[in-house]
Amino acid sequence: MFVTPAYAEETTAQPAPAAADAAATEAHGAPAAEETHTETGVAHEGGPKVFPPFDSTTFASQLLWLVITFGLFYLLMQKVIAPRIGGILEDRKSRISKDLNEAASLKKEADLAVETYEKELAQAKAKANTIASEAREAAKGKAAAERAAVEAELTKKVTEAEGRIAEIKAKAFADVGTIATETASAVVERLIGGSVAPADVAAAVASAKQEG
Amino acid sequence: MSNDPTHQFLIQKIVPLNVGGYDVSFTNASLFMVATVAVASGFLYFSSSSRSLIPGRSQSLAEMSYEFIANMLREGAGSHGMKFFPMVFSLFMFVLTANLLGMVPYFFTVTSQIIVTFALALFVIGTVIVYGFYKHGLGFLNLFVPSGVPGALLPLVVAIEVISFLSRPISLSVRLFANLLAGHITLKVFAGFVASLGALGALGVGGAVLPLIMTVALTGLEFLVAFLQAYVFAVLTCMYLNDAVHPGGH
Repeated sequence: MFVTPAYAEETTAQPAPAAADAAATEAHGAPAAEETHTETGVAHEGGPKVFPPFDSTTFASQLLWLVITFGLFYLLMQKVIAPRIGGILEDRKSRISKDLNEAASLKKEADLAVETYEKELAQAKAKANTIASEAREAAKGKAAAERAAVEAELTKKVTEAEGRIAEIKAKAFADVGTIATETASAVVERLIGGSVAPADVAAAVASAKQEG
Repeated sequence: MSNDPTHQFLIQKIVPLNVGGYDVSFTNASLFMVATVAVASGFLYFSSSSRSLIPGRSQSLAEMSYEFIANMLREGAGSHGMKFFPMVFSLFMFVLTANLLGMVPYFFTVTSQIIVTFALALFVIGTVIVYGFYKHGLGFLNLFVPSGVPGALLPLVVAIEVISFLSRPISLSVRLFANLLAGHITLKVFAGFVASLGALGALGVGGAVLPLIMTVALTGLEFLVAFLQAYVFAVLTCMYLNDAVHPGGH
């Protein structure tokens, strides 16, 4: 046991492991502190020490505990952790895709609404234009009619006024003869100091009027 | 405390047990296996227990590791490989947690024991073989016969394929074990230089600065290695599982 320790396989097969183990542990434990070794640590000249990772006396224990711990770990991963984290990721993925779908459908709705709005807006504009042009036409017609009426009235008034002016003018012209005759007879009376027959004066005024 | 760089890998019994002639004592290695499982499952369990739609920090981390492995497995072994998710995920989390716990001073590194990494690698290869034969019967052996190889070369190619398949558990386990072991020994050696040089007096203290810087740098490197080796272990597991799921798919 102590003499040929470097090769692990031999020691595992030893039939009395309990005693061997105890001895081996002692061999590793105590003297390790003081001895100096090469980096590989393998005892060359039949030293009592094997390089620890190649010490096959520890293999059974390590294997057993590895199987226990790693087995438990594997089970925990398989039964709990992997489904759980996978579930979280799956939930998030489905949530995101659901939200994206919802957003897409909302966008479609919004687009539709915009389209309808634009259509209605165009219709309303067209309608407003018709109404406006109709109103304009109506207003134009009404204004024209009113203007015509006002113009007719004005023309009538002008004609009446002209008639009256002509009347006044004629009357004034008629009065001119009388005034001229009276003035002329007054002038003549002062000039010659006697009265003149009004008929003569009228004749003279009439002749002067003819000339003038 | 010892200056022996291999002392940290020593298995020490805590509760001696002997069942059927086998020494199955509860040792420091067992303790740290339990700690690894407790830390990893505790973290995953409590961080995901609120099941919030909008994750907090720890839930994000748990989800990130889940999706990390899920993507790795989907890319490596296709959607049929997803049934192996719990296996790859627990392997990755176990190795990663064990590696990271090993970075704590005075803690035992579970994955620096060849028997542990070899057992994990055998678990992977065993799953590949069992599932491969269960699913494809003898068709699983197509794995060793790549299509499009000329008949004369076929025996040689098949021999190479068989050897490469058989060497997988060895390479898978030795890679993880050796990386962790070498890293921890290097750290210990450089840190030991600091202590022994520092004991030499003023000049020694000056000289100890260099290994101290190395130790700090190596510690960073070891954290990287701790993650990287867990990642590599998981990626290779996915690739090997791909052979079980699609044996003809070379």
